[in-house]
Amino acid sequence: MKALLLRDLRLAFRSGGGFGLGLAFFFLLSVLVPLGVGPEGSTLARIAPGILWVGALLACLLSLDRIFALDHEDGSLDLLATAPIPLEAVVAIKALAHWIVTGLPLTLIAPGLAIFLNLPPAGYPWLVLSLLLGTPALSIIGAFGAALTVGLRRGGLLLSLLVLPLYVPTLIFGGEVVRRGAENMALATPLALLAAISLGAAALLPFAAASAIRVNLR
Amino acid sequence: MSIWEYANPKKFMQTSAWALPWAVGLTVILLVVGLIWGFFFTPDDYKQGSTVKIIYLHVPSAMMAINAWVMMLVTSLIWIIRRHHVSALAAKAAAPVGLTFTLIALVTGALWGQPMWGTWWAWDPRLTSFLILTLFYFGYIALWAAIEDPDTAADLTSILCLVGSVFALLSRYAVNFWNQGLHQGASLSLDKEENVSDVFWVPLLVCIAGFILLFVTMVLLRTRTEIRARRLKALLARERVA
Repeated sequence: MKALLLRDLRLAFRSGGGFGLGLAFFFLLSVLVPLGVGPEGSTLARIAPGILWVGALLACLLSLDRIFALDHEDGSLDLLATAPIPLEAVVAIKALAHWIVTGLPLTLIAPGLAIFLNLPPAGYPWLVLSLLLGTPALSIIGAFGAALTVGLRRGGLLLSLLVLPLYVPTLIFGGEVVRRGAENMALATPLALLAAISLGAAALLPFAAASAIRVNLR
Repeated sequence: MSIWEYANPKKFMQTSAWALPWAVGLTVILLVVGLIWGFFFTPDDYKQGSTVKIIYLHVPSAMMAINAWVMMLVTSLIWIIRRHHVSALAAKAAAPVGLTFTLIALVTGALWGQPMWGTWWAWDPRLTSFLILTLFYFGYIALWAAIEDPDTAADLTSILCLVGSVFALLSRYAVNFWNQGLHQGASLSLDKEENVSDVFWVPLLVCIAGFILLFVTMVLLRTRTEIRARRLKALLARERVA
């Protein structure tokens, strides 16, 4: 399992493009939104939590189809499916690798981009914390979507259509944590629910994703 | 005699061929009676005027939009557990019908909302969760359309339906929380059963029954079409081999 994780990470860092693309997209989005909305600080401060969360979500979406597609093409997914570790664990490891490559860096650069969007200072710790708790859910839900569409030729667009509705609760609670944090309000409830979604998804979705992969490899 | 006999396509075709004319007839009678009664023979509401009559389309279609998804969930489960093809095809047949009901509910809701709340759309919890339900229907239908092998498609859409149901429910409550948490919720209450008087309530019941039967009719019809399409494909394949 550790070997699989290291292999996925190495592939992601070396293959070029895949790793930086999401971050670049996130950066561009955070720069483009103020250009489109106008430079007024108060407006930007109001929309900053939502924009940052939507940006992180879309950046995550960009690299989802790579979770299984490349392995499916060169046949290593078949090998992994017949390997001694259960397929559920393979899915979980691959989602973890995806999170380390996209979710974690997104979380780390988000405070920097929040400066562009004039996020109130009180929001910064909560932005980082909410992304840290929420992006694992994005990766694991995305892995489920990728598992559903792994056998398809033009799976990319379909993948977004399937995954985006599933992202709704995560987005709502994530945005809510930052918004409340920025306005110095009580935020224990959305934070707990966000963590619950991440943990619940991580516990249950690998089973759904693994059964989808088994169907696709049949 | 168990209900699983209807999982046999032949038995299903026989029974549904018998039931279909009855279902069509009852649907037409109930909808004609209910809608005409509702539209022409009920008084205008003292506050809402005649816009209140949208209720006869809006409430039944909204109910059926949710019930259609529940029916898809049940048939998906039956497919996963017992692998009856009719069940999977019924789920496939129900999805576009459910999507249409969802869209009807959204459009009639907008038409009703415009004069009553002064806006076509508000990010009210109910409206938002229906919009999300629409997205789920789109994803489900698109996944059926994208996969060529029918059994793979049935398996994957069933899994999507199970996972989607959980997340649709989560979204439903997430949206609720969000709107009540920060903003004043728009004062929409579809739970009008207590305060609506019998004058409106009885024709509404007739319309709801009519919509339920409409759904049953459409699903039966579409499932029969799907079974015939499947048989045609098998025949063509056999001919190609011969």
